[in-house]
Amino acid sequence: MTATAGRKRIWSYWRFYLALSPFYVLFAVFGLYPMLSTIVLAFQRWDGLSARRFTGLDNFAFLIKDPTFWQALENTVVLFLMSTVPTLVLALVLAVMLQSAVRFTNVYRIAYFIPNVTSLVAMAIFFSSIFSTNFGLVNAALRSLGIPQQDWLGQPWGIKIAISTMIVWQWVGYNTLIYLAGLQAIPKEQYEAAKVDGAGAVRTFFSITLPQLRPVVLFTVVMSTIGGLQTFTEPQVMVGNSGGTGQSGMTVVLFFYRAAFLDNDYGYAAAIALSIFALVLLFTAINWRIFRERGENR
Amino acid sequence: MTRSRLRGLALHAALVLALLVFLFPFVWTIVMASNTTADIYRFPPKFTFGGHFGDNVRHVLDNVAFFQSMANTAIVAVSTTLLVLFFDSLAAFTFAKFRFPGRNALFVILLATMLLPAQLAAVPQFQTMAILGWVGSLKALIIPGAANAFGIFWMRQYFRNSIHDELVEAATLDGCGFFGTYWHVALPSARPALAFLGIFTFVGSWNDYMWPLIVLTDPDHVTLQVALSTLNRAHGVDYSMVMTGALLAMIPLVIVFAVFARQFIKGATEGAVRG
Repeated sequence: MTATAGRKRIWSYWRFYLALSPFYVLFAVFGLYPMLSTIVLAFQRWDGLSARRFTGLDNFAFLIKDPTFWQALENTVVLFLMSTVPTLVLALVLAVMLQSAVRFTNVYRIAYFIPNVTSLVAMAIFFSSIFSTNFGLVNAALRSLGIPQQDWLGQPWGIKIAISTMIVWQWVGYNTLIYLAGLQAIPKEQYEAAKVDGAGAVRTFFSITLPQLRPVVLFTVVMSTIGGLQTFTEPQVMVGNSGGTGQSGMTVVLFFYRAAFLDNDYGYAAAIALSIFALVLLFTAINWRIFRERGENR
Repeated sequence: MTRSRLRGLALHAALVLALLVFLFPFVWTIVMASNTTADIYRFPPKFTFGGHFGDNVRHVLDNVAFFQSMANTAIVAVSTTLLVLFFDSLAAFTFAKFRFPGRNALFVILLATMLLPAQLAAVPQFQTMAILGWVGSLKALIIPGAANAFGIFWMRQYFRNSIHDELVEAATLDGCGFFGTYWHVALPSARPALAFLGIFTFVGSWNDYMWPLIVLTDPDHVTLQVALSTLNRAHGVDYSMVMTGALLAMIPLVIVFAVFARQFIKGATEGAVRG
């Protein structure tokens, strides 16, 4: 085929390219171009008004010496673990229970999912209210049990408990549904074979259910990681832009938001944004490795 | 036999307990929204519904432009959802059923974009909005989100499995053009997948917080989430009023979910296993 014929053929596909164009045009304008600018911006100093100045690696050098950054990083990882581990364990337990239930399963599924489709800001306000010191429900319950009240949102560990409680509440139902779908996809014959071999419930769970569920677990871990590393609304609404007492609610995205849109330190914010991207890539790769390798060694 | 019945009872007891835990925040929000703040400050707290909901709603309306921000949110959520449904399904149908040069490369690019965190673009995106003159305008929320990689990926899976190639060929032979085939064959067959993507997009758009906080600069023209956080910040001591605002902000979402719940749950679970 000649080059002109090739070119002619490309044109005959114009309808397809036109159909695909909205996403790629929007991505180019509002995604790719800004991301490339972010990379350039990370090597500059800019307050949004005066001229941009190239400063080389200064932003990054400052970043690794900034205690707030390390604090935010630590908080983000701690919050991620404090919320993801209980969420996924509870979801797995609920899914196994739901699978053995025969009646009302649809009612349970819908009710469990509702926390996931509600207003995030409204629920962050709700959770800060139940953890409030003088008239919060949590302290009222403690007092009625004779335990002294706690200053939940005024203490580093209290802030983390309040934030992760909200995240757990919001995401257990979602992950339960996904595990349930995964459980239902496991062939029944495998369970029957295990029964014939005389395996008990615990043995069956660990040698059939869990290994078969691995791809679904990987999916939920990756989704929770990407979401967890970008936690913003919960701490911002519950303890404010400062991150609360001891900055213990300061996450990397809240740190980014502050640098960019409150301090107008755009170059520095760009460097933080790149570090968030690196963090997401790193954690995704770690998840991938753990679950892949276990799968292959079997 | 009695033993298995006992186990069944224990199972449902545990499932109902979980259900109560999940639904409790909604009930308690209504309790707070229907009482005075003084009642809530009491110890032990008042656990029953009160008669002050009307007063609390009036206080909310006095303090923030609630209806205006709800209208803004509705405009953004509805138009984003419609645009996403159209653009994503059209692109997904093209990827699923047609061959053309560069198809695989374009699809890989599409998948790669899903790993990019939103913060990576936020600062220059704000500059772009300033250049376009969209700062403070709802366009800044609607247009950048009018098509997305997740929806295209999701709909493509559906089209691949649910529409036979022969059907597309037959429609083409009958004189249906490319767009005609999409409109008359692909779209009607994809209702459940569209319902899921529609709710998913609607809820995401309704709940979006950081970007509206950044780009909507005029306090009178914000979305509901931003208005709510303003209310909380300025009047956090008046819990009844703030929780009333929180309750009002959730009602439309709960209604939308209640109407489509079954289809949505079905779509969500199927997609997770297939994807």
